[in-house]
Amino acid sequence: MPVLTGVSFRLSQGQGLVLRGANGIGKTTLLRTIAGLQPQLSGQIAGAGERAGYASHADGIKPALTVAETLRFWADLYRTELPDDVFELFDLENLRDRPAGTLSAGQGRRLGLSRLAVIGREVLLLDEPTVSLDAFSVKRFAAFLRDRHLARGGIAVIATHIDLGLDLPVLDLTPHRAALEAQGGSDEAFL
Amino acid sequence: MRALLARDLRLAVRAGGGFGLGLAFFLIVVVLVPFGVGPETAILARIAPGILWVAALLAALLSLDRIFALDHEDGSLPLLATAPLPLEMLALAKALAHWITTGLPLVVAAPLLGVLLHLPGEAMPWLLVSLAIGTPALSLIGTFGAALTVGLRRGGLLLSLIVLPLYVPILIFGAEAARRGAEGLPAATPLMLLAGIGLGCAALLPFATAAALRVTLR
Repeated sequence: MPVLTGVSFRLSQGQGLVLRGANGIGKTTLLRTIAGLQPQLSGQIAGAGERAGYASHADGIKPALTVAETLRFWADLYRTELPDDVFELFDLENLRDRPAGTLSAGQGRRLGLSRLAVIGREVLLLDEPTVSLDAFSVKRFAAFLRDRHLARGGIAVIATHIDLGLDLPVLDLTPHRAALEAQGGSDEAFL
Repeated sequence: MRALLARDLRLAVRAGGGFGLGLAFFLIVVVLVPFGVGPETAILARIAPGILWVAALLAALLSLDRIFALDHEDGSLPLLATAPLPLEMLALAKALAHWITTGLPLVVAAPLLGVLLHLPGEAMPWLLVSLAIGTPALSLIGTFGAALTVGLRRGGLLLSLIVLPLYVPILIFGAEAARRGAEGLPAATPLMLLAGIGLGCAALLPFATAAALRVTLR
C-alpha cells in the first residue's frame, strides 16, 4: 500500500535535508526505505545503501551495558575506531562507566545519537533525533551535525518537528501523500 | 560478527540476561523425574536417555523467544540490520550465542545429571556426543522460529508450535544414539543422521532466518 508518492530529492556532499509533515504522513517510512529496511513500491534510491547510517526514534540501548561498552560495540560492529572526543561531543564524559539502564531519557538519547559519530557513515538518516533532548543538548547535536558531519562532506536527512537552527532546506511531505480514501485515511489501521 | 557475539554473551551473563535459565530448568526436570517415576534403577536407566533429551529440548525452547524479542523491543534490530554485518551472519551469531548460553551448559551438565537417572557409564560418551551434535541444530532452528515470530504479540506460543515439530527428528535420532550407547549397540547410524541434520541446518537456516527477518523488519 503506497504511503507517499512522487517524492524526489537529490543531495550532494555536505548537504542536509529536513523532512516535515504531520504525524503519520510517512516520514519514518521514507527514512526506513532509504535505509533499506523496506523496499520501495516503485522508483529508485541511489547512493544510500552501504553508506547510510539509520537512527530510529528508539535508541537500541542495552540496560546492562555501560555507555563506553555500548559505543565500543558499535565501533567494533562497523569496524571503525572509537573517536576520542565522542564522549565530550555528546556530554557523556561523566557517564562513561554508568550502565545504560540507569540513564535518564535525555542521557539515553544522547548515547543513542553518539552512535552516529562512531559508525562513520556518510549518509545519516535521522528520525526525530531531538526527542527528549533539552535545549542545550539540541544545540550540541546541531553543532555536531554542522561542524563534524556536514562540514566533512556528510549528508543528513532529518525528520523533525523542531527547528535545529541549521538553516537546511525543508521538504514538506504533505503534497506527496498517497491517496488513502479506500482505507479511511489511516495507514495505522492497515498496519 | 564477533562483536555481536561478544555483546550477546556479555548481556546473557549480566543481570537479567537469562544465562542459566535453561540449565536450571534442565536440572529441575531431571531431578524431579525419579520422584515421579519411582527410584527403581532398571526403569530409570531405561528411560534416562529419552528424559535427558526431552529435557534438553525443552530447556532450549525456553529461551528461544528472547533471541530477537529484546532487540526488537529496544529498537536495536533495525540498527543491527542496517549495520555492515549481513543479516545471515547476524542470524548465525544469534544462534551461536544461544547455543553457547543454553546448549553448551546442557552438554556439559548432562553426564552429571545422567548419574541421577542411573544412566549406565558406557552410555555417557554417547549421550555427550549426541547432545553436542544435536543442540546446535536446536539453536539454529529456534533462531529461525524466533525470527519468524519476532514482533508478534504472544509470539512465544506460535514459536513453540513452529519449532517443536522441527525438533522431532533431532529428538528421535539424539535419544536413539544415547539409548543404543546405553545398551552397547553400535550408535554410529543415528549419530550420522543427527550430524546430517545439524549440518543441513547450519548451511540453510541462516539464510531462511535472514529472509524472515527482512520480512518482519518491514
